[in-house]
Amino acid sequence: MREKINFALLVNEVSKYFHKKRKKTIKAVDKVTFTIEKGETFGVLGPNGSGKSTLIRMISTLLIPDQGSISVFGYDTEKESVKVRGLINRVSVEASFFKKLSAIENLLFTAGLYGISKKQAKEKLNDIFEKIGLDKKRLGDPIEDFSRGMQQKVSIARAFLTAPQLLLLDEPTTGLDPRAKKEVQALIFEVKETYGTSILLTTHDMYEAEELCSRVSILHKGQIRKMGPVKQLKDSVPKKGLKEPTLEDVFLHYTGTSLKEENEQPVEFREVS
Amino acid sequence: MQLVLRELRAAWAFVERNFNLTKRYWKWEVVFLAYTVANSVTMGFIGKGVESFSGATLDVNFLILYMLIGSILWGYLSILFEIVAETVAWERWEETIEYTFMSPISRATHLLSVCWYSILYGLLRSALILFFVSWFFNLDLSNANLAAAGGVLAVGSLSFIGLGMIAAILPLISPEKGVQVVHIFQALLLMFSGVYYEVEVLPLWMQKVAWISPATYALKGMREAILEGKPFSALNSYTLPLLLMGIVMLPVGIFTFRKMELHAKKKGLLKRNG
Repeated sequence: MREKINFALLVNEVSKYFHKKRKKTIKAVDKVTFTIEKGETFGVLGPNGSGKSTLIRMISTLLIPDQGSISVFGYDTEKESVKVRGLINRVSVEASFFKKLSAIENLLFTAGLYGISKKQAKEKLNDIFEKIGLDKKRLGDPIEDFSRGMQQKVSIARAFLTAPQLLLLDEPTTGLDPRAKKEVQALIFEVKETYGTSILLTTHDMYEAEELCSRVSILHKGQIRKMGPVKQLKDSVPKKGLKEPTLEDVFLHYTGTSLKEENEQPVEFREVS
Repeated sequence: MQLVLRELRAAWAFVERNFNLTKRYWKWEVVFLAYTVANSVTMGFIGKGVESFSGATLDVNFLILYMLIGSILWGYLSILFEIVAETVAWERWEETIEYTFMSPISRATHLLSVCWYSILYGLLRSALILFFVSWFFNLDLSNANLAAAGGVLAVGSLSFIGLGMIAAILPLISPEKGVQVVHIFQALLLMFSGVYYEVEVLPLWMQKVAWISPATYALKGMREAILEGKPFSALNSYTLPLLLMGIVMLPVGIFTFRKMELHAKKKGLLKRNG
């Protein structure tokens, strides 16, 4: 019998290496360990190339780890990948739709892949469209005619159509204008409150992480440098005068990309308790 | 039961999606159809012209039909092959590959539903080509056994889909070069399989290669059914190898695709861009 599952996601000592030309090996993710509790929103902050997307792709079953294991609600992503795929969905930087197809055609295709009937899908979508403020009149237009913000909203609708128990948000607001960004963030907050979905959010946006996540980790060069609730992360870095450190200060401190040399920064793997 | 219903819904979703894409890219469909019709008509006229440049008295209707069968059947088989073989490449180009491969469906359902669409699309397209081509030639099909030809087409489709599935592995494991290799492979099939000539005219080593191509058997079977009016039962020497190739290549294609999908997941090849 499957043991009682307390975690939505369990990432255990996971590493992923890519072998490039001239025998060069890139450590994209290096011995990363963390958990996400059911209903929790967990943030992964990291600079470009830190391994965030590789991590998301491994959880999505699109990449197989070289070391370690990942389980989603107790199901192993490598050995029980079909079960895992039924429990997750993802919103990434690129909305990734069939550009010539309309929003509704794209969404009904997704519904079909997840075994949802058209009738059920249309009912669900009506509800989702209202929540995310999508203009129903435009649903018959090709996706390529949509703004990026609107494409991201359709992408979020696609994710929620399949009622995922674990939602992977891979920089969902990157490249959006401030208004679209605010709308998407509000939407994530609302769906989190409404559906109680467990969320893994990767982002460059400190405000976004602070607003949405109960815990945050700092990923740099494939390693988790620090992890914990935002307040405790802030407390863990030295104050600059009277000013309280911001999450940006935390990020710069642990990724070593501010004024100091990054190699001088301490590397920690323990969670702040 | 629920699992079957789920897979059926997924299969239908692929067929419907491909239909919608064909509809949205209709201008390109018109271009490809016009090109194929022009190509088939040209082949028909080459058949018609043989008498004039050879100086001999020949059965012109036979020659026209011979060339047209080659052209239309090759058009059909290559469409099956292309749609199946480029399943991965197409998704990669549309940047939807990651979403399709992370959906909870079996790979067999995914691939077989794409095959099913390719058969429907190929048949419709070939019927349209035949319709347009018949305007140009006074075709005499009184001797043709169309039912037997249909049987050969059905068995040939099975083996070509199997071949397409094996070829679909190439864009999966090589995002940069896979599609190019698929096209080279397709061109070689055209050259070796006797599309516009009997394989017996080829050098011996090429003939040996021709007999491992399903297109060779499909073309020979179709020609004997249409040109000589042979019944399906008299075409065993073509249909049995085709059936055998289909039975072997289809599961081998799905199995190998699954194995290569795991390889692609280990190497990080299952991504939007090459």
